[in-house]
Amino acid sequence: MATRVLDQHQVPAAAHGEHTGLWSWITTVDHKRIGILYGATAFLFFLMGGIEALLLRIQLGTPDNTFLSAERYNELFTMHGTTMIFLAIMPLSAMFFNFLIPLQIGARDVAFPRLNAFSYWVFLLGGLFLNVSWLFNAAPDQGWFGYANLTSRQYSPGMNVDFWMLGLQILGIASLAAAVNFFVTIVNLRAPGMKLMRMPMFVWMSFITQVLLLMAFPVITVALILLMFDRFFGTHFFVPSGGGDPILWQHLFWIFGHPEVYILILPAFGIISEVLPVFSRKPLFGYAAMVFSGVFIAFLGFGVWSHHMFATGMGPIADTFFALSTMLIAIPTGVKIFNWIGTMWGGSLQFRTPMLFAIGFIAMFIIGGLSGVMHSEPPADLQQTDTYFIVAHFHYVMFGGSIFGLTAGAYYWWPKMFGRMLNERLGKLHFWLMLIGFNVTFFPMHFVGLNGMPRRTYTYPAGLGFETLNRIETVGAFILGFSFLIFLINVIQTWRKPRNAPADPWNGATLEWSIPSPPQEWNFAQIPVVHGRDALWETKREQGRTALPEPALVSGAGIHLPNPSFWPLVSAVGVASVFVTLMLLGHDKAGPLPVVAAVALLFFGVYRWAFEPAG
Amino acid sequence: MLRTAAWRSRLVTALCLLTVGLLACSPEHYPQTTLLPRGDFARIADHLLDTTVKWALLVFVLVEGVLIYAIFRFRGKPEDPEPHQTHGNTTVEIVWTVIPALILAAIAVPTVRAIFQTNATPGKDALTIEVVGHQWWWEFRYPEYNLTTANELHVPVGRTVSLRMGSADVIHSFWVPQFAGKRDVFANRETRLWFKAEVEGEYPAQCGEFCGIQHARMAYRIKAQGPEEFRAWVAHMQTLGPPPPPGGPPPGGKPHRGPPPKGGRPRAQAGPPDQVMTATQGSTLQQSPGGTGGPQGPGYADGEKLFMMKGCVGCHSLQAVNAPKGMVGPNLANVGARSYIAAGTLKNTDENLALWIRNPQGIKKGVLMPNLGVSEPESRALAAYLRAHQ
Repeated sequence: MATRVLDQHQVPAAAHGEHTGLWSWITTVDHKRIGILYGATAFLFFLMGGIEALLLRIQLGTPDNTFLSAERYNELFTMHGTTMIFLAIMPLSAMFFNFLIPLQIGARDVAFPRLNAFSYWVFLLGGLFLNVSWLFNAAPDQGWFGYANLTSRQYSPGMNVDFWMLGLQILGIASLAAAVNFFVTIVNLRAPGMKLMRMPMFVWMSFITQVLLLMAFPVITVALILLMFDRFFGTHFFVPSGGGDPILWQHLFWIFGHPEVYILILPAFGIISEVLPVFSRKPLFGYAAMVFSGVFIAFLGFGVWSHHMFATGMGPIADTFFALSTMLIAIPTGVKIFNWIGTMWGGSLQFRTPMLFAIGFIAMFIIGGLSGVMHSEPPADLQQTDTYFIVAHFHYVMFGGSIFGLTAGAYYWWPKMFGRMLNERLGKLHFWLMLIGFNVTFFPMHFVGLNGMPRRTYTYPAGLGFETLNRIETVGAFILGFSFLIFLINVIQTWRKPRNAPADPWNGATLEWSIPSPPQEWNFAQIPVVHGRDALWETKREQGRTALPEPALVSGAGIHLPNPSFWPLVSAVGVASVFVTLMLLGHDKAGPLPVVAAVALLFFGVYRWAFEPAG
Repeated sequence: MLRTAAWRSRLVTALCLLTVGLLACSPEHYPQTTLLPRGDFARIADHLLDTTVKWALLVFVLVEGVLIYAIFRFRGKPEDPEPHQTHGNTTVEIVWTVIPALILAAIAVPTVRAIFQTNATPGKDALTIEVVGHQWWWEFRYPEYNLTTANELHVPVGRTVSLRMGSADVIHSFWVPQFAGKRDVFANRETRLWFKAEVEGEYPAQCGEFCGIQHARMAYRIKAQGPEEFRAWVAHMQTLGPPPPPGGPPPGGKPHRGPPPKGGRPRAQAGPPDQVMTATQGSTLQQSPGGTGGPQGPGYADGEKLFMMKGCVGCHSLQAVNAPKGMVGPNLANVGARSYIAAGTLKNTDENLALWIRNPQGIKKGVLMPNLGVSEPESRALAAYLRAHQ
């Protein structure tokens, strides 16, 4: 009723929904902008984590090397893992959750737009908090898994563990808030006709991921609180000399940690399930099986955690239970791989860049999955655990899996997000360099690990035979790093191009391709009514065409959107302040008063947030 | 055009991977490999891995093969007609759910068997050895023989050793790949591991759980010895009692067995007793002048004094028999004879020994042994003193 179609030249910039300037970004509650903020920030952290990895690889390229001190190496491997998991992969997934979920379900925004902004700012501050530790020469150095009782005050007296412990707590708050948001969004804001079993696979996998986040993060939150009490207030939850048990930490950490790895992979699964059908020009093979296998993986994922603890001597009954549950999870995972290949089978495969990364994902994830099955057997795992064989496995699933998947998504949705197509030739170069570099780096690790090289070691002596493969791995790491340089060049070049991407460059199946690239602020001029799965293909088929006409830009008059707000940022600063002041308290640099002030700031921010006009 | 380029690139990748794989596939190049088991526990683990790898390779070749086939068979051009819009195939999906389940069942059966095998309690004739992990060295005790040593574990070939393990500080992990898988050690509970060494030799081993700054330098050696040689080693170690006070023989009587000591001074041993003593018998040796086991080179006397004056004696014990528990530093009773020092960090040469004594923080920063302001000649004297302790 209130929107009118405008000629391209008539539409003033403001009507596109493009507020400009720094303040508009600081106060944005638009899911698309928040998605871009997540993506840019995460990518920078990813580059940082990558440089950390290259430094590690330089050190390991030569036996008895002194390029890095023991202390520096331990900080770098801890930060590399922590950064890649919490500051790169998770927020890159969050970029896609943010940008795509409302678009794919036919909504105008998420359920709680200001909470969405709050999550981003808390994430940014958490990442900064973790990394400011470098400036204090106290970067976390206890491994990303922080095993007690190495993390006790006695054996880690400095601030290193505290930066990790408190930083992770901040990030946990961001993740939990976002999980609540997307869970409610998917349950409540789907367009009319979009039943659960008509949702795009990316939305399904994201939905399952939010449930995992909601159930797993509270566990690590508790574990970190207990650790904080041990370190700051003299309790003994994990300290043996006080009657505590380091194994308690391991259980709590891995009850979180194993679902966490499914949190890391499921969004990539969702992306692949979007990309493959489009570039095979046929629907996903076995949609229902794909949904249920995802649910099953998530559910089972809570029942395998002690496969990280086979070396602790839990006894044969526990060992058997966790071995069997871990093997069981291979079944729904295998089903997914077969269904993806089934999607390609009989299709008309178009090898554009997103498709290359999707196929690369399948090929690499198979390898990671198979080595995972090898770890599931306790007697064999006792040789594999804590060696490079494990490092190989998780890089195949997290890099070969998650990163390849996220990269496929980046090339696929770039035109929708930024209105420009990334260059195909550079994209293909990126793919081949990344595939080759990745395999040269990580495939040899299977061998060097089974042949006796332990992990988390800042050096190794000459004479154990590790030199050759380590040198090869280092070369591979630089090829891998270089491939991301190609991507950067592509991004920068593309940035300079005019915004001329069509709404539907790939002949997509899902709703986001029915609106302009990039979308106008309100996403849909009219909320669509959905009649089936692959809604857009249905529409195109009904109209007997392979492409819809370019959607018109509209004025947006009469469409109600939430106002931008400053209070999510203030509240996020409140959150971060609480943890900064806790750090000061824990190291006797200040009393409890600053903590109280920080909590007051947080409450103030939330209070103003709650009572500001809805707009 | 594109197809040829894609095919060539894939070929190159495959060849690279193959080369790497072949290069790496000879475990003989790796002294610390898990793939050449020399003990029964490791053999069980290796056999299980073999079974799984065979299945994994089969699945790999099949699935990746189908993927690669699909890539070539179904490649299309944008102008090609729309392919058949299949949504799924229930029969096929059931089959490819059941087959992996069957393969996993085939793997699960030997796995559960191996779990119970490797968790079995060793028999009564097993040799009990106590292991204590420290930051960053390993303590070994033989309760049967009342012996303590560090960083070099001697085990008899053909006899099961039953390890009872703990930690003095944080979590470490005991790992000698050729004999057994890892077992973590904790400060608040005992963990256990067993294995039977099958082949004589000296084997490298390493801590397998990140334990702080010098985790990478917490290596040790296992010497698997034939029964005779092992008995001789134990008997020899049992002569390494407490050192006599400087300047005279210690109070106390003669041992009940073994050759009488010549005079009251420690000297190159006259010959080891040819019987291995039990703890009760061995304990009487603490009355006798302790042997050092090795020749006393120049600097020995100075070294002996410095060992007291510099405070080394506060952290290190020089007696293998009845050694006090809870020492901060490794037992040095036979340090002169070990292959490595500083937990596998340095080869045990005179040069290195002196260097380590002078500057442990420079070699292994963070280690609990402080730089004690030992000068170069002092370090050489101390090294000579320690070299005599074999």
